[in-house]
Amino acid sequence: MVGVLPPPSLFSKHLRKHSLMKHRTFFWFFFPTGMAMLLFIALPILSVVTQSLFTPHEAVLVTVETCTPFKCTEETAIDQEATAAIRAAEPLGRFVGLDIYFDRGHLAIIEVSEAWRARVSFADFLSKLNNLPFYRAIAFTLAFTFIVTPLVILMGLVIALAVNTLHAKLKGIVIFFSLLPFVITPLIGALVLFWMIDSRGILGNALQWLAGDPTLSLKASTGLMWISLMVYGVWHAAPFAFVIFYAGLQTLPMDQLEAAQIDGASRFQRLRYVIVPHLMPLVTFVALIQLMDNFRVFEPIVGFNASAHASSLSWAIFNDLGGETQQLSSAAATSVITIIGVAILLSPVLVRTWRDHKRKA
Amino acid sequence: MSSPVNKMPTALRFASILFVIVWLTMAAFPFIWTFWGSFKVELDFFSISDWTNAITGKRTLETHGSPFTGAGYNGAWIEEGFLRNVINTFIVCFFVVCTSLTFGTLGGYALSRSGFRYTFWLLIAALIFRAMPPITLVAGYMLPFFEWNLWGILPTTIIVLVAINQPFTLWMLHSFFQNIPKELDESAKVDGCTQFQAFRHVIIPVMWPGVITTGLFSFLLAYNDFAVTSMLLSEGNRTMVPQIAAFLGTTYTEGNIMFAVAAVVSATAPLFVLVMFFQRQIVSGLTAGAVKG
Repeated sequence: MVGVLPPPSLFSKHLRKHSLMKHRTFFWFFFPTGMAMLLFIALPILSVVTQSLFTPHEAVLVTVETCTPFKCTEETAIDQEATAAIRAAEPLGRFVGLDIYFDRGHLAIIEVSEAWRARVSFADFLSKLNNLPFYRAIAFTLAFTFIVTPLVILMGLVIALAVNTLHAKLKGIVIFFSLLPFVITPLIGALVLFWMIDSRGILGNALQWLAGDPTLSLKASTGLMWISLMVYGVWHAAPFAFVIFYAGLQTLPMDQLEAAQIDGASRFQRLRYVIVPHLMPLVTFVALIQLMDNFRVFEPIVGFNASAHASSLSWAIFNDLGGETQQLSSAAATSVITIIGVAILLSPVLVRTWRDHKRKA
Repeated sequence: MSSPVNKMPTALRFASILFVIVWLTMAAFPFIWTFWGSFKVELDFFSISDWTNAITGKRTLETHGSPFTGAGYNGAWIEEGFLRNVINTFIVCFFVVCTSLTFGTLGGYALSRSGFRYTFWLLIAALIFRAMPPITLVAGYMLPFFEWNLWGILPTTIIVLVAINQPFTLWMLHSFFQNIPKELDESAKVDGCTQFQAFRHVIIPVMWPGVITTGLFSFLLAYNDFAVTSMLLSEGNRTMVPQIAAFLGTTYTEGNIMFAVAAVVSATAPLFVLVMFFQRQIVSGLTAGAVKG
């Protein structure tokens, strides 16, 4: 009977072969999602890059000679037919290389170097930069990203710690209401807040009363508008951080906490040296997600009708695409710069993931 | 939970309860306020003279003979035909969720079961795609969609939203599939199932909680999208959110802002119900990604 059953080692090898999916099988399982991402994410990126190197054809001008019995005058007019024809024939437009990236609407190389040469002080240079649409957008985007993200983490942590001390029966209802600002459509959430802080809304009224200034209006002040946009950002994302940290608090190492207490650690020291280190991986996760999401800030600017005071990279793209004359090339150039920005933002995470992967492999 | 760690000094306990109350007010009050105000006239909702008018509805009483009025809803739903946009939203959401889940479960399963090197790179690519703001892609869609006459219709928007959803769906389902022991489908395969049969008859039945949770997030992504839907849908095909944005453009000038308020409340209601019924799944979905990192 020996030899009927394969030896154990061979048997496990047989199993291991089963455990790895074959390339062919993998391909067919992955095909639909891979195709969707290839066609509608990867190719559009190429399309955006291409589009950003072209600009629409200029109108074709014709010189028409109109003669009266006394003299002839030459007039230059737009040849509508020819213009339409060439635009239809080459919808991409004409190739201009990197010109769009350097024009006034984007990196504005000429204007920036002029402003730098003519600067009175560094602040003066910065204020001149702020008049250029692209730098205005990038200033707000970065300010929003790097102010809102830490505030969201802090707010979420405090809410989580506070809710964790509540009676178990209350927790469910608190979590229910806490989730609302997070699941709400960003545009709608922004509108709901905006209508309240409108000078005729309840919060706007309350602020006027508090400040003793009946003419106070958020819509009139850039600083106040930035603050309210950031308040919206924290309001919208704090529940996300809260839920994650709250889940982390359920797995606190109780023995460590008690040991720390026996050693005489104060409540704050326990928070600082036991709880926060325990939550640290979650903090990294929330920070990563929040950096990505805050960098695309866009809906609140539409909802708050704040384009006079603040603009962001995403808003600039939206504005180019949605205007009466669709400026595809301009939008594409801003898109490419935004994608590069995201890549820079993400690079520390990618490098770390890659190192971890190499170490494991 | 009577361990000494949790005994708090009274002052701290008081402060923490106060903080929870303040936070709950911040989170819930704007919605209650807007809901209440949506049954008022504009002069009450935005009351310059006296803020209590927004609660008592003084002007509403004068205009309509009752402190509550459905005029905003009537205007939005009947006059402006908001129903059309609501139907469009649900068509888009339904197909986005179904397609996303079909593609995502297949792909996520494959990623969790294949041990080869390329799965890592595919996941990294998905992470990069997830990080890109969707609006950056829109400039790339416009020209081809115009050229091929695909612009403005619902199916195009649905497939674009599915694709934008995929990176997130893949990551989430991948982490759920990783929690299901590999022995389960291995033994099915040893018993003679093909990989697909093992997936269909053994894995999917135990995956339902994960699939429902992922579906919820796909729904939220499609329902809440503004950047893609506002750019890729023609005026007649708009979903709710771009329609509300369009209301804003006209209402500030025409003075029927209450239409927009009513539409906003209408669009919030489904989300409210969703959180009510699926609170646990939403919480577990949020934490699933975090725990796996």
